[in-house]
Amino acid sequence: MTEREALASKKPFLVLRSNVLQAIRTFFLGEDFIEIQTPVRTPTPAPEQHIEAVPADGWFLSTSPELYMKRLLASGYERIFQIAPAFRRGEHGKLHHPEFIMLEWYRLESDYEVLKQDCRNLLTHVCRVIDCSANIANQNHFLTVEGDWQHLTVREAFLRFASWDPVMNYDPDRFDVDLVDKVEPRLGFPRPCILSDYPIYQAALARSKPGNPTIAERFELYWAGIELANGFSELNDPHEQRSRFLEALDMRHRDGKSVYPLPEKFLESLEFLPSCAGIALGIDRLVMMLSGANQLDHVVAFPPELA
Amino acid sequence: MGVVLTASDLRKGLKLEIDGEPYMVVDFEFSKPGKGQALYRCRLKNMITGSQFDRTYRSVDKFNAADLEEQSMEFLYKDGSRYTFMNTSSYEQIEITEEQVGDAINYLTENLVVDMLLFEGRPIGISLPNFVELKVVQADPGIKGDTAAGATKPVTLETGFVIQVPLFIEEGELLKVDTRTGSYVERVK
Repeated sequence: MTEREALASKKPFLVLRSNVLQAIRTFFLGEDFIEIQTPVRTPTPAPEQHIEAVPADGWFLSTSPELYMKRLLASGYERIFQIAPAFRRGEHGKLHHPEFIMLEWYRLESDYEVLKQDCRNLLTHVCRVIDCSANIANQNHFLTVEGDWQHLTVREAFLRFASWDPVMNYDPDRFDVDLVDKVEPRLGFPRPCILSDYPIYQAALARSKPGNPTIAERFELYWAGIELANGFSELNDPHEQRSRFLEALDMRHRDGKSVYPLPEKFLESLEFLPSCAGIALGIDRLVMMLSGANQLDHVVAFPPELA
Repeated sequence: MGVVLTASDLRKGLKLEIDGEPYMVVDFEFSKPGKGQALYRCRLKNMITGSQFDRTYRSVDKFNAADLEEQSMEFLYKDGSRYTFMNTSSYEQIEITEEQVGDAINYLTENLVVDMLLFEGRPIGISLPNFVELKVVQADPGIKGDTAAGATKPVTLETGFVIQVPLFIEEGELLKVDTRTGSYVERVK
């Protein structure tokens, strides 16, 4: 197929993609959010053990707008969202492009339970507006956003599908492998699933559950076995956050990976961050699901091979 | 002693040694939970038994490359169910069983040179040349003048292999046979 033929054949998917983006914007604007844009190139990407930032002329391409969004929240912005490119080195596969489009939204005076409801409201709104009747043909599976969504804790899911308890007996070597091999393929058929309450070792930037330091207030949205979004009640304790960043940098160093500068401006802003919640959702994957495409490449105008 | 490989070496066609046996990566997929480590989900095929299984490797995992080599071997003779080959560089002789010869049995003639795949020195497979020449030892006579397109008859070749050929082929003729499909190509003058 020539490039012109390939691009032309994507038109129905790209039209649907355009409509999804507009539906997302009208949803958030209708909920009194404002759309924000933050730097794509940053001096301080969030230090995480397993996320690699692409170097850019002394700084780095953003792996997520998260740190900037929280600095805004700390300055009194109450409800903000952003649709932005995120860059992650070394991530390329059927469901991963090294450059992808992320939707993130953040709210003050909220916790992750509110975000779970946002996910539901957002998907329901988008499905209604683009008129897929919430019934989407995805290869052999019937999918819908209607009806009661599946809610599982990480512990329940691992006990049921992998036969071990990741909260009581956390095992870093097994967690990711079993998540991908045994747990994820069972989640989100036919309606989306909220997988919630991660072991604290998998907390990322989430705060721990008040009264239960072994669990993080973090959840993920799954649909048809595909990870779509990651949300949490935000950690706003600067000391705890600094210590987690240092630990991540330490593990990166131990793994022979590059070490990033500590995001000092972000850490300073945490002194002023009220209780809030935030979430990141993969737009490319969502559009893929809603369009019935069986490949991420179909809903991206220029995936890596065609760029 | 195999070369040590890491997950970033993984690709289709890579040959690994697992539990003392050679495996080929027939498929692999990159996967990564958003906050988790990179994973490589592989489908592995045992190069001796053909059985397949799935295994997920983490980016920190290490494994051994399979100690495989290909040797050019000349088929010398068969004694009962044992087949003797000679390494064309070292002149060393090696005996393998009918089972190890496998489907190549249909095409082996004296002095035929093949590529033999060895794992840790043990023969595990034979790669035939794409075409071989074999004599017809048994054929029912074709009806003279019957040149109906596509009409074929079975004949037996010197190796015992039965093959479909056009009706004009007769006993004693030398045929060129495609070893990949097991089919007649043309007569050899």
